[in-house]
Amino acid sequence: MTNVAAPAVDTHCPYCALQCGMRLSGARVEPREFPTNRGGLCQKGWTSGALLTTAHRLTTPLVRVGGELVSASWDDALDLIARKLSALRAEHGPDSVAVFGGGGLTTEKCYLLGKFARVALGTSQIDYNGRFCMSSAAAAGTRAFGLDRGMPFPITDVTRADVVLLAGANPAETMPPFLQHVRNAANSGGLIVVDPRRTPTAEQATLHLQPRPGTDLALALGILHAVVADGHVRGDYVAERTTGFEAAWRIAAAWWPERVERVTGVAAADQRRAAALLAGADRAVVLTGRGTEQHARGTDTVSAWINLALALGLPGVAGSGYGCLTGQGNGQGGREHGQKADQLPGYRRIDDPAARAHVAGVWGVDPDSLPGVGRSAYELLDALGTEGGPKALLVFGSNVVVSAPRAGHVADRLSALDLLVVADFVLSETARRADVVLPVTQWAEEDGTLTNLEGRILRRVKSVDPPDGVRSDLSVLRGLAVRLGQPAHRFPDDPDEVFAELRRASRGGPADYSGITPERLSAGEELFWPVPDEDHPGTPRMFLDSFAHPDGRARFVPVDHSGPAEPVDDEYPLIATTGRVLQHYQSGAQTRLVPELVDAVPEVHVEVHPDTAARAGLVEGAWARVVSRRGATRARVRLVASARQDTVFLPFHFPGAQRANLLTNPALDPTSRMPEFKVCAVRLEVMT
Amino acid sequence: MSARRVVVVGYGMAGARLAEEIRRRDRTGERVALTVIGAEPHAAYNRVLLSAVVAGTMDADAIRLQDADWAERTGVDLRLGVAVTAVDRDERRVRLSDGSAVDYDALVLATGSTAWVPPTEGLRTEDGALAEGVACFRDLDDCAAIVGRARPGAPVAVLGGGLLGLEAARGLAGRGALVTVVHPVGHLMERQLDPGAGAVLARTLAGLGIEFRLGRLAARYVPGDGLKLDDGAHAPADLVVVSAGVRAETTLAEAMGLECDRGVLVDDALRTSDPRVHAIGDCAQHPGTVSGLVQPAWEQAEVLADLLTGAAPAARYRGTPVVTRLKARGVDLAALGEVHAEDADAEILCLQDATRGRYAKLVLREDRVTGAILLGVPDAAAAVTQLYDAKTPAPSDRLALLLGRALPAAGAPAHSPADLPATAVVCRCNTVSKGQLVKAWRGGACSVADLAATTRATTGCGGCAEAVRGIADWLAKA
Repeated sequence: MTNVAAPAVDTHCPYCALQCGMRLSGARVEPREFPTNRGGLCQKGWTSGALLTTAHRLTTPLVRVGGELVSASWDDALDLIARKLSALRAEHGPDSVAVFGGGGLTTEKCYLLGKFARVALGTSQIDYNGRFCMSSAAAAGTRAFGLDRGMPFPITDVTRADVVLLAGANPAETMPPFLQHVRNAANSGGLIVVDPRRTPTAEQATLHLQPRPGTDLALALGILHAVVADGHVRGDYVAERTTGFEAAWRIAAAWWPERVERVTGVAAADQRRAAALLAGADRAVVLTGRGTEQHARGTDTVSAWINLALALGLPGVAGSGYGCLTGQGNGQGGREHGQKADQLPGYRRIDDPAARAHVAGVWGVDPDSLPGVGRSAYELLDALGTEGGPKALLVFGSNVVVSAPRAGHVADRLSALDLLVVADFVLSETARRADVVLPVTQWAEEDGTLTNLEGRILRRVKSVDPPDGVRSDLSVLRGLAVRLGQPAHRFPDDPDEVFAELRRASRGGPADYSGITPERLSAGEELFWPVPDEDHPGTPRMFLDSFAHPDGRARFVPVDHSGPAEPVDDEYPLIATTGRVLQHYQSGAQTRLVPELVDAVPEVHVEVHPDTAARAGLVEGAWARVVSRRGATRARVRLVASARQDTVFLPFHFPGAQRANLLTNPALDPTSRMPEFKVCAVRLEVMT
Repeated sequence: MSARRVVVVGYGMAGARLAEEIRRRDRTGERVALTVIGAEPHAAYNRVLLSAVVAGTMDADAIRLQDADWAERTGVDLRLGVAVTAVDRDERRVRLSDGSAVDYDALVLATGSTAWVPPTEGLRTEDGALAEGVACFRDLDDCAAIVGRARPGAPVAVLGGGLLGLEAARGLAGRGALVTVVHPVGHLMERQLDPGAGAVLARTLAGLGIEFRLGRLAARYVPGDGLKLDDGAHAPADLVVVSAGVRAETTLAEAMGLECDRGVLVDDALRTSDPRVHAIGDCAQHPGTVSGLVQPAWEQAEVLADLLTGAAPAARYRGTPVVTRLKARGVDLAALGEVHAEDADAEILCLQDATRGRYAKLVLREDRVTGAILLGVPDAAAAVTQLYDAKTPAPSDRLALLLGRALPAAGAPAHSPADLPATAVVCRCNTVSKGQLVKAWRGGACSVADLAATTRATTGCGGCAEAVRGIADWLAKA
């Protein structure tokens, strides 16, 4: 293993988008001062060094022979993949090969993965797990402001805000050190938390609004209604900096708080109180998280929260604003540089001729050779192995068997493939199903850049050498590209070289990185994109002068409430909602390898109100079967008196029969193609 | 295939909603050619928000239901300021006051209701118009009349202590008028409240400056002076707002020969006695539905749109469970279901705290909420309404349900670290229990800094720093 005594390096945590500053000496972790974590680390961060020494590490490629995964040489594995891909492409065309990326990959990897798909494979079929994360917020942000940067302001603006509304976010568990930034609001009586559960975050709120899952949009309309009715609209701001208020108000006018109360269960008085708190603040921030975004109407729901922020005059004003709490480590950078089905580097659209011409120029290819828009993540997974769907899939940095909705069906689709290739550093549940597994480097074994939840570009620094036999994802892509007939220089495997190319590819695009250099980052400059040239100081606060639409104005989007895709009924009378626990990250592929985290939370549980449990014949600690139309999960019952009687909750980090995503509904948002992770109809049964 | 001709008579909350619901299901007008006829010259507006207009928090433009170009944009033939003079059911033709006529395949009556004015002497002039200084509270013109006369400090009488009357009274008091409510029954909102709740409500509203004359009728109105009551008392009034109830507007339906009772009789498909003619909203009388509220009208509009567009031929309207919410600033009142139940089969709970304006009554049958009055307990009102609508069993702890947030939170913080169980997690960010802190202390980590270094407690968000200090102090003393 790797653990030679190494000099300490300043880097960042491998997990969430807060990207806490840490100092690594070999595998030893210490927190360090950084604006996002201010010296704090949660248990995941503290124990992340264990990933560098885990006995489960893959150190050799694996190839399936006679049903078993057996060791193979890199050349044999890559040759095999290239041969099969070439054959499939020759017989079925380039779209018979698909690529699935991840929001945890470095920006360099995301960029090169997108280029590999479009140039080396010529496929339109590439998407990534960020579709399951921030896509609704990104779509709504783009719609409203003309551009999406999760938080268009530094995190310190949250720290100073006297009122913060968190809609569907539970940072006390998902990014614990972030709570420092809402403490001022909490202490000054201005922390509003919207969550169907009384989460550790909600417990600290001044005002906890506990809507029925799937009704957040109605709640946002009710608060907007109260803002108007009580005379809190910032008329000057609305007139000078926005368009579309009238149409948005026509809809909100029909959602007076008492009507909203009946739909959401949130008291009308509390809606008015939220409106008054927000309106009375000197500096107010509205933030959304997955709870309000992961719905089949997630984009519209985020638009409703943005409409509220616009009516209050918050976005584009120093110290206030709307933002999304991005989830994955590089969830922001990962959504900007071309691993999304409809996108090219620099947050450009793949169906924009000028964008195609620019990027093709950087890549040295004919613009007409670039494919068009491909399938979104779930649609891609759903099409695998079907007539007209991809027959091979390459997965980088994602564990879809656990994290995708309707996970049982997704596993079936993977089984229908001619070829499944997974690049990972451990044998994830998805890798176990692969035909070829490629062992790749992990966070502390390589350099790279990430963009955190603020839009701040960070440098991840190598602190240990990777184990023998392991290659970087960049090297894997280069090896495959060359075998597929690409010139080697087109696929550099040095991160700095890739970043230099990415700078040129992003130049002039919405997410312009062209002024960012490794030297500026290493010197400690705080760079927030866009950074259009090397003398540019970066853009900590966007939209101060104008929004990114051609007329410079933000747009209200008229949105109405219609409710979840799958209502409850007699057969499935309860709402299941999914989420996270503090000790695990995403599909748990990494955190389930850390003994201290597994000791703390070893298995899935289902939170149930005591009365609901009693009616189902369940007691604390019993194993329950949670059943939806799509599958059944076994989970240990945890009685929670503060739970809504009509709602149960399961974290989604666990594998096999404990997968919460066996239950979830793949109904998709029409704009973002986000699945409805947060609401599905279920019933509870006693395990027999 | 040509589109079916649907004509809607009435451009109020029901008619406008129906038009929207039809266009939601038939965006291009492929199935339904839609004509909407409105007698008022102005655009449809949200009647529910009239009390906000009287209260002065919204203007007329803010409560419009649709943008000015809505009809044009959605391909609806909207005719404003024209009345229906006659309907020929054999010809299937509607004749209008401007001399034109429209043919229909299906006709929808959404004519709403009109205010009922009691036969009190002086309220009407000889020609039947309202006397000087008298206004109803039904439409935008009424609001303009009310707002014009309700100057700060001016005496105003409201005739009727029902839902709308009280909303008007609250709005007027908020504008600085000196309001007296005259109500013929012994307690307010007697349809929705029991006497106890009515008394607490009166007390709450009195605290907002509103006076009451309960169990009293107005005997005579003298313009410029006020009301003479049936007990001889005098209520001075520059303005009398009449809010004594509404009557379904069935004039046209009766002239057409349709079966009417209190309203136009309709079945679950919202058909009148002529199957080509439908009725929705306040003018319709559906078995088991209380009229005068917007929720039933909107639900009827959805069902009828399903039927008229063929989007869901099996759609039926089966009534709306009514929840009455008083929209009056500073007063939180919800009433639903059977509030007057007294029989032995019903489980009835009642709590009152009149001094603080709180009254909570719950009626349950077989564990389900069948009636409730919730005054001054807003979060309980929200929770009980959800149970009533979902017909799910009520929590076994009924008092907790009624008290809502008035109840202390479960698991209130322990007063001393000694009271905490060893398994209690003190630092959530790093899953550190009190037991682990104690163990670390005994292992030699005898300061907050050492405890943090040993257990990582306090090193996440830092929110537990005080608790850890408390435990360290307690251990130091032990």
